[in-house]
Amino acid sequence: MGGHSAGPIPMESHDFALWEKRVDALMVLCGAKGLFTVDGLRRALEDMGEDAFEKYSYYDRWIAATNQNLVEAGVYSLEELGQRMEEIAKRGPTYGEAQE
Amino acid sequence: MPHDHHDHDHLSPSGHPYRQDNDAPLTYFQRMEIAVRELLIEKGHLTPAEIATQIDAMDARSPANGAAVVARAWTDPEFKARLMDNAGDATREMGFDIGPLHLVAVENTADTHNMIVCTLCSCYPRNLLGLPPDWYKTRAYRSRAVREPRAVLREFGVELPQTTQIRVHDSTADMRYIVLPARPEGTDGMDAAALARLVTRDSMIGTGLALVPENT
Repeated sequence: MGGHSAGPIPMESHDFALWEKRVDALMVLCGAKGLFTVDGLRRALEDMGEDAFEKYSYYDRWIAATNQNLVEAGVYSLEELGQRMEEIAKRGPTYGEAQE
Repeated sequence: MPHDHHDHDHLSPSGHPYRQDNDAPLTYFQRMEIAVRELLIEKGHLTPAEIATQIDAMDARSPANGAAVVARAWTDPEFKARLMDNAGDATREMGFDIGPLHLVAVENTADTHNMIVCTLCSCYPRNLLGLPPDWYKTRAYRSRAVREPRAVLREFGVELPQTTQIRVHDSTADMRYIVLPARPEGTDGMDAAALARLVTRDSMIGTGLALVPENT
């Protein structure tokens, strides 16, 4: 990415939402427990391709990369993830209501 | 939670727009976060308390930590020598839990200005300064910092003489940099606590300079 031309630097900032802080915490804790490495996260992020950087937010990409590494490490299966995400969708229409 | 009366003010107490959180439609990646978190807990890898503690620890980190380190380096030559030798150990000595990351301090002088970037993604001295500002993670900053640092600095309001050499340091997962800004003129009698108030986040990234005291 370094060295390409690009427009002005966007100076907007935002307060991190709870789900973003949780993604950050999961990533740090899984790394600390040896479930994956930073290199593994990087590989998953790079594999998403350039347009993922346009379409998805920072923590969207981080949870996707965390998930990819956990599936590869055998912590849970893709089926388990898919089933759980479907269950969560039925709990309610907002992040707050979708918590157990 | 009611969702019908937050429509008038989208700024948080810190003046930033709120980002979608508990009161906006659940996104695909939010569902993924919930699922990953629940599965990690159910399978015994993490506890809810560990997650909450980690969030609190990250929230507690802020540029004030770095400012204290910089102010001490300005006032304590022996500490500064240790900081330049091994910034990780020197900051740990001040009681900051910066984890296993390898921290390198780079010093701004009369003829050299340093700035940091992570062209790959977002590596940042997060365990000292907290999470990076949004602009640090943008494609624009990461692309241009290494290509036209002077133009980038101008966007941050920093105009340096052409004779000043600019060094851009590209961070990695294992190697994080922090800029030791130059101590401003007119601060001779100030103690470390007063000096720390002059040290901004951006001055430690190198996209700013330490503030000049107002009453000089």
